Amino acid sequence: MEQILQFFFENKEAIFIIALSIFLGIEVISNVPAVLHTPLMSGANAISGVIIIGGIILVGHADLSGFTIDLILGVLALIFGTLNVVGGFAVTDRMLEMFKKKKTQKAN
Amino acid sequence: MNPISDIFTGKAVSSGDILLELSYLIAALLFVFGLKRLSHPETARKGNLWAAGGMLLAMVTTAILHRNDAGNGIPMANLMIIIIAIGIGATIGWIVARKVKMTAMPQLVSLYNATGGAASALVALLEFPKAMAGNVGSLLVTILGLIIGAVAFSGSLVAYGKLDGKVGDIRAGYMKYINLVLMAVTLLFGAWLIFSGGNPVEQIWAVWLLFALALLYGVLFVMPIGGADMPVVISLLNALTGIAAAMAGFIYHNQAMILGGILVGAAGMILTILMCKAMNRSLLNVIIGAFGGGGAAIDREMGIMKEITVSDAAVLLNYSQKVVVIPGYGLAVAQAQHIAHELDNILESRGVDVRYAIHPVAGRMPGHMNVLLAEADVPYEKLVEMDDINPDMHNVDVAIVIGANDVVNPAAYDDPSSPIYGMPIIDAHLARNIIVMKRGAGKGYAGIENFLFFNDKTRMFYGNAKDSLQKLAAEIKNM
Repeated sequence: MEQILQFFFENKEAIFIIALSIFLGIEVISNVPAVLHTPLMSGANAISGVIIIGGIILVGHADLSGFTIDLILGVLALIFGTLNVVGGFAVTDRMLEMFKKKKTQKAN
Repeated sequence: MNPISDIFTGKAVSSGDILLELSYLIAALLFVFGLKRLSHPETARKGNLWAAGGMLLAMVTTAILHRNDAGNGIPMANLMIIIIAIGIGATIGWIVARKVKMTAMPQLVSLYNATGGAASALVALLEFPKAMAGNVGSLLVTILGLIIGAVAFSGSLVAYGKLDGKVGDIRAGYMKYINLVLMAVTLLFGAWLIFSGGNPVEQIWAVWLLFALALLYGVLFVMPIGGADMPVVISLLNALTGIAAAMAGFIYHNQAMILGGILVGAAGMILTILMCKAMNRSLLNVIIGAFGGGGAAIDREMGIMKEITVSDAAVLLNYSQKVVVIPGYGLAVAQAQHIAHELDNILESRGVDVRYAIHPVAGRMPGHMNVLLAEADVPYEKLVEMDDINPDMHNVDVAIVIGANDVVNPAAYDDPSSPIYGMPIIDAHLARNIIVMKRGAGKGYAGIENFLFFNDKTRMFYGNAKDSLQKLAAEIKNM
C-alpha cells in the first residue's frame, strides 16, 4: 500500500495527465457522426503508435557490442511501431480522400 | 540565464532537453487537435495530417535530442539502425496502405493495430529486466504494458483473420469460462511478478511465460465473437493499444506517450460504446457473445418467400419513380458497389430517383459503406442516413436490399424475444415493393429469421450481389 502511494507521489504529474486525458478523449470524440467512425478509429489507432518513441529510445541506447536477442526484438518493436504509425495515418488519409472527392463533385 | 536543473534529480538540464520536452508538448497538442478535427467531416483529413505531423516531430526530436540517464545521446551507429528500421516499417506500411482494396480496409486497420500492440509488448518485455526489484510502480506499468499490448496484438490478429474470412468462430458456451479462468491466471501471475520482490533479471523466464499467457488470452478472447461484432472488438483492442503505449510512457517518463496513449484509450472506449449503442447492445453482451443465442424461440407463421425473375425486376424498377438501395455486408463482400452505381446511373437516365439508405452499422465497420460507395463515385447527396430516409420510406416504390439482413429486419420493432429487438432499422417494409438480393434462402449472420423476406410485398432475387446487379443492369439497358 505504502509503495502504491509512493508510486502515486512520484508520478503525480503523469497521473494528472492521465486523468485529464481520459476526460479530453471522451470530450473530443462525443458527437462524432457514424460516417466517421471508421476513419476516426483508424486515425486514433495511428496515434497509439506513439509507442514508436519508446522504440527509438530503446534501440537508441541499446548495446551494440554484441548481436543479441534483445537488439533484434528492439528493432522488431521499432519496425512494428512504424508500421502502426505510417500505415495507420496513410490508410486514414486514403479513407478521408474519398470524402474529399465527393465534396468537390458537389461543388461542381 | 542561469543554468536550469531538474527539480527532481538536480541533474543539469541542457537546452537540448528543454527543446525535446517542448517538442513533446507540441506533439501532444497536435494529437489532441488532430483527433478533435478528425471527428468532423470537413476537417477530418487535415486533422489526420496534424496528428501525423505531431508524431513525426516527436520521432525526429527523440532521435536527435534524447539522452539516457547517464546523459549520453543516441550514438551514430544506433541512429543508423533506427533509421533503417523505421525505413523498413514506413515503406511496407505506406505501400500496403496505398495498395489495399477499400473493401479490405477494416482488416488493415486491425492489422496495424496488432503491430502497435506488438511494439508495446516488446518494449515492455525488453524494459522488464531494467525495472528495479521491489519497485512496485515501475513493475506495475511494465507488466500492464506487456499484458495489454500482447492481448491487443494477438486479439487484433484474430480479428484481422476473421474479417478476412481466414478464421472462423468458436461459439461454444464453455469458452467464456475458459476465458475467465485464463484472464484470472494471467492477472494473478502478473500480480505475483509485481509483488514477489524478486530480482527482475532472474525472472525473465516468468515474464516470457506471462507474455505467452497474454497472447493466448488475446486469441481466445476474440475467438468466440462473431464476425459482425468485429468492429466493436477492433475499437476495443484499439483502446487497449493506446493504454499499452501509455504504460510504456510511464517507463520512459514520457508525457507525449502517456497523453497520446490515454487519449486513444479514452476515445477508443467511447467509440466502442457508441458503436454498441448503434446496434442497441451492451459491450458485455458483445464480449460474451450472446448474439444469435437466445430469441427466435417464438414460433411464428412465416409464410413463404417469393422469388422474382430478372425481367420482372427490371420492369418493376424501370417504371418506378422512387427507388432506394439498402446496401449491406453482402454488397461489400461481393464488391458490388461499382455495378450498383452503374445500375443507379441507368435508372437515373430513365428518370428514376435513386438514393442509398445507409444504416449506421452497414458494411463491415460503421462508415465503411460510405467509403465504399464514395470509392465507386456515388455522389454524396445520394447517400441518405437512416433517420432521414425512414420518414419517406412509405413513398418509395421499390426498396432494393442488397446483401443486408438484420438492418432491415422488422423483428427489431415487434418481436421482443428477438436478439435484435430495439435495434434501429431502415424501414424497408414500408416501401411499396421490396426486392431482396441475397445469396441463398438461409438466415442472416445472426441466425435470425427475417420477417421482411416473407412479406407479401417482398420478392427474393437469389445470387451473388455482383452477378445479380449485372444481370439486372443488362436487362434494364435492353428495355
